[in-house]
Amino acid sequence: MMNLFILQLLNGVQLGVLLFLIAAGLTLVFGIMDVINLAHGVLYMVGAYLIATFAAVTGSFWWGLLLMLPAAVAVGLVIEFLVMRRLYARSHLDQVLATFGLVIMANEAVKMIWGTSPLSVPMPDILSGSVPLMGPLQYPVYRIAVIVAGLAVALGLFVMVNYTRVGMLLRAGATNRSTVSALGVDINRLFAIVFTLGAVLACLAGALVAPVLSVDTGMGESVLILTFVVVVIGGIGSIKGAFLGALLVAVVDTLGGVFGPILLREVLDPSTASQVGRVLAPMLVYILMAVILFAKPAGLFGSRA
Amino acid sequence: MTHKTTLLTSTLLALGLAAPALAQDVPASAEDDVLKIGLVYTLSGPPAALGVQARDGFMLYADQVGELGGMETEIIVVDDEGRPDLAADRARELVQRDNVDFVVGPIFSNILMAIHQPVTSTGTVLISTNAGTSTLAGEGCTPNFFTTSYQNDQNHEVMGAYAESQGYTNVFLMAPNYQAGQDSLAGFKHSYTGGTAGEVFTELGQLDFSSELAQIAAFQPDAVFTFMPGGMGVNLVKQYAQAGLTTIPFLSAFTVDETTLPATQDAALGLLGGANWAPDLENEANEKFVTAYIEKYDSVPGTYAMQAYDAAQLIDSAVRKVNGDLTDRDALLAAIKEADFDSPRGDFSFGKNNFPVQDFYLVEAVKRDDGYYGTSIREKIFDDYVDNYADQCGM
Repeated sequence: MMNLFILQLLNGVQLGVLLFLIAAGLTLVFGIMDVINLAHGVLYMVGAYLIATFAAVTGSFWWGLLLMLPAAVAVGLVIEFLVMRRLYARSHLDQVLATFGLVIMANEAVKMIWGTSPLSVPMPDILSGSVPLMGPLQYPVYRIAVIVAGLAVALGLFVMVNYTRVGMLLRAGATNRSTVSALGVDINRLFAIVFTLGAVLACLAGALVAPVLSVDTGMGESVLILTFVVVVIGGIGSIKGAFLGALLVAVVDTLGGVFGPILLREVLDPSTASQVGRVLAPMLVYILMAVILFAKPAGLFGSRA
Repeated sequence: MTHKTTLLTSTLLALGLAAPALAQDVPASAEDDVLKIGLVYTLSGPPAALGVQARDGFMLYADQVGELGGMETEIIVVDDEGRPDLAADRARELVQRDNVDFVVGPIFSNILMAIHQPVTSTGTVLISTNAGTSTLAGEGCTPNFFTTSYQNDQNHEVMGAYAESQGYTNVFLMAPNYQAGQDSLAGFKHSYTGGTAGEVFTELGQLDFSSELAQIAAFQPDAVFTFMPGGMGVNLVKQYAQAGLTTIPFLSAFTVDETTLPATQDAALGLLGGANWAPDLENEANEKFVTAYIEKYDSVPGTYAMQAYDAAQLIDSAVRKVNGDLTDRDALLAAIKEADFDSPRGDFSFGKNNFPVQDFYLVEAVKRDDGYYGTSIREKIFDDYVDNYADQCGM
């Protein structure tokens, strides 16, 4: 049982860093630009499709990853210019409708460009296989690499937000947007930077997960809800909050998903136990959210409720 | 409304009502001298690969022969999009508007259940080339419904029997939580009496199996048995290999086959499955089929293609036997039941419930000599195997 706990903890951390990459962008866009972007999951999907395409063309995962980054910047800038820029002054309802429309359009566009069958991305040789942990336990090297990459990006973001001029503007924007623009900061430029940064991080998450999962339309929607939970738990606009929130949500989700059914199996038959467990595991996350919001209505590190 | 028009209306209504009743015996379609066949397959969405294989398999034989049964042949292909409601509408259109003589398909059991009544109630012959639900094999069997695939439980029973023969006492079972997944584990346990290390039902459409793989790693069972069709299987197989679990035998049904192998490639090598056929089964008919399929479609056929190919052969042989006379329904159904064709799977005959009596094999994923990935026969598990529901069929 201890073995299982350790493996699940690793799985939780791996899911956590992925959630963080997606949530970091979402929380900035939400906190600084005050835009609810339902299409954030689309960027995660686009990242996966981009790396699938580039890896197939170049025959190498690393080239795919390298080429994906500038493409992600371009995607971010284009969406900001064509869609987001028009939504800053609108109500939240308009933003939800417009970005939801964007989700539908993007999914259909992906189907038209790449077809309906899932794509797969080859795993780089150096990261395939698994390493022994303890006894018979093994853990995939690639998932460890995802954890390391996620933590590295988190560190980079931490340095950027706390020790650079852009980071200072980001923090100021998240705390009080109108004052920042009143001080003469080019708010349009700041917004474009924020949105593109978020887009690149989400694309990176999609690209990192592509060799593990198959690349499919609709993969963005599967993570979007959890990401919003992360943002709310962490506090809107806070990178630090997004990081802790993501780890908390992911670990609770993965441990609950496995140990729930195991405990329930003692009292129920397997099919029912699994069903109840599956229902309970996602609920745990929302219970966690409710408890945290009860204690801290602005989230763990939120500056405004 | 005058009395006259009322009378007219009710007469027309009565005629309209009477028409389907007449069709019960000889469908209008049988009168003309064109052989019309409707194919209903899932050709869009994630599971499209299965439907495409089946369609290609059927068309391969139809194109080879040109005129099925020696008659002018018209084939109408429709996409059920994986939606039972849509499939039922499309099937009704095929039968009532297009007047097809045969409906062939589908891939999925829920689609079969949706189109079965609309098609068979009109007297039209329905040939399932994949789905084989237990109700239609048992009490719900009908004279004009045939299956060229298997009864759904059988492939799982093959793996259960294999696990039993290996003396496993501790097998980890995993399937998606829906009817077919539950049937799968029940089928496995029908022929496996040993213990289970765990029985996990995953969410339908789940793509990340890290939790389940962690459990397998922690429990170290004798073997894993799973049923994960389509994209779920692709992800599971890749993650299974990445987690370094390949030392634990991986038994499966509908998980490692020619539709998923192009995506999983090396990750699936050595994994085991149960099937009624594999592309390297040695017989003349199979060699002809596999060679022609690879040449035409540049991919290895799976059971989906083979079973649809056999449906085309079945129609061809039966229509030839009755010399193109589709009006004598009893003669036509009797001719179909004879199954007088050379199936790529070797022995093939229909049991009393119109489901195949055939052999089942343990198959293994391999990289073939021609560079393609495919399944390969390891050993025969069941000989001339009859499904468990045939006795309940009253025909």
